[in-house]
Amino acid sequence: MLAHQTKPRTLNFYGEGIPYLKDVLIKGKLVVIEGPDGSGRSTQIQSITSKLESDGHAVVNTGLKRSELIGKGILEAKQRLPLGKKTLTLFYAADFVEQLEHKIIPALQAGYVVLADRYIYTLIARSIVRGLSSRWSHELYGFAPVADLVFYLDVKPDELFHRVFQKYGVLDYYESGADIGLAPDLYDSFIAYQTRMAKEFSVMARQYDMIRVDGNKPISEVNATLQEKIDGYLNSS
Amino acid sequence: MKARNHMTDDARSKGVLIVVEGIDGSGKSTQLHLLDKWLRSKGLLVFTTEWNSSDVVKEITSKGKKKALLTPTTFSLLHATDFADRYERNIAPLLRAGYVVLADRYVYTAFARDFVRGCSSHWVRKVYGFAAKPDIAFYFQVPIDTAMNRILVGRPKLKYYEAGMDLNLSNDPFDSYRMFQSRIIEQYESMSEHDDFTVIDATQDIEEQQMIVREKVMSVLPASIANQIEKTPPVITTPSSAPLQAGENC
Repeated sequence: MLAHQTKPRTLNFYGEGIPYLKDVLIKGKLVVIEGPDGSGRSTQIQSITSKLESDGHAVVNTGLKRSELIGKGILEAKQRLPLGKKTLTLFYAADFVEQLEHKIIPALQAGYVVLADRYIYTLIARSIVRGLSSRWSHELYGFAPVADLVFYLDVKPDELFHRVFQKYGVLDYYESGADIGLAPDLYDSFIAYQTRMAKEFSVMARQYDMIRVDGNKPISEVNATLQEKIDGYLNSS
Repeated sequence: MKARNHMTDDARSKGVLIVVEGIDGSGKSTQLHLLDKWLRSKGLLVFTTEWNSSDVVKEITSKGKKKALLTPTTFSLLHATDFADRYERNIAPLLRAGYVVLADRYVYTAFARDFVRGCSSHWVRKVYGFAAKPDIAFYFQVPIDTAMNRILVGRPKLKYYEAGMDLNLSNDPFDSYRMFQSRIIEQYESMSEHDDFTVIDATQDIEEQQMIVREKVMSVLPASIANQIEKTPPVITTPSSAPLQAGENC
């Protein structure tokens, strides 16, 4: 069912915002699904996108490391030489803001539902888990618009390990926290890293009004929960 | 050494950080070059770093500039990434190791330019919150006309971002450049007191300026080193050996 024509509103930012965009009017909605690799994010986003489109909503998908200019640059740079923690954090922020200004905000202006496969929260958590100042990490993303709905797919690290291993046959270097030397063994490192990430998310859940969804449950059950909440939100606003 | 910024992780730094700031054509790079030569000739460990020069980001920035794809906030964060890479790779460890680190432009360039381009100045300062406060921040103060004459001699064209064309101040690159640089000057002037700039009158002769710069630098070198250095008048080599062509690092 189509929502009623929503009234245009100005962007609401988490922090200092982007001064030159303060008068921009948006009609769309920003819905974020957060969660580690293996939490089922992509599957859920595919299915939610189809459902929303069949209900008549125009949907745009975004994610991390997808900007035209910088996304590729990060991958290349990482392959060439190890990057420092602050450098990497700022690089991700640059990639994010490129998509924010070229894709997310224009889509919101045009009235799209922007379905984001992760947003600033993963980037903030990664930065804090790597030992950078929590305050600095949050303030860095003060330019980000406040999301309308944020879900966090919470999956036990042990379950994640099996899902990731079954899907890819190998653990991602950074997603296992191998770059920060948490443990000599990759399994221990993965568990320790994911546990720390989950802890940061539980802190952020309060700060950013996240809805925690139990991602240990079957895909269909998780999907029903997400879809119900998203539909409810879109139809009520 | 004096106390550094509390947010930085190199509070126990043994080195000395000296930065030069000023608009294109203020002569700051020439002064830094002569300072570098002098300190090296005295046997000190010196490292010089330039704005927007990290291998990691340079290519992306230049691609983005060609396509004029860069919004002010993207531009700002790319410069911050570039700075962080040089900071983590060179500046911070070398300060810890006792080097004299010379920076041709530092965080103040970002504070001025990003604000003029439309970013929040509070936010930009927070982004660079990890950067150590310099022992000396020289600001080369120069009237806009003097700087423009120095820059524009023999240059028929200005580049898009260099001229600040992205700010839509004027359709004429030269008018735009002038307005852009004037706004940058305003920012430097307003920061001067808050950020403890050591102001140098950049209309003076190169040699006079260099004398003043060296005296100021002597005053922040550890006493043991300063005592070894004789106060010799600057030996100015041929001007062509100095990087006089500025404006490439915008």
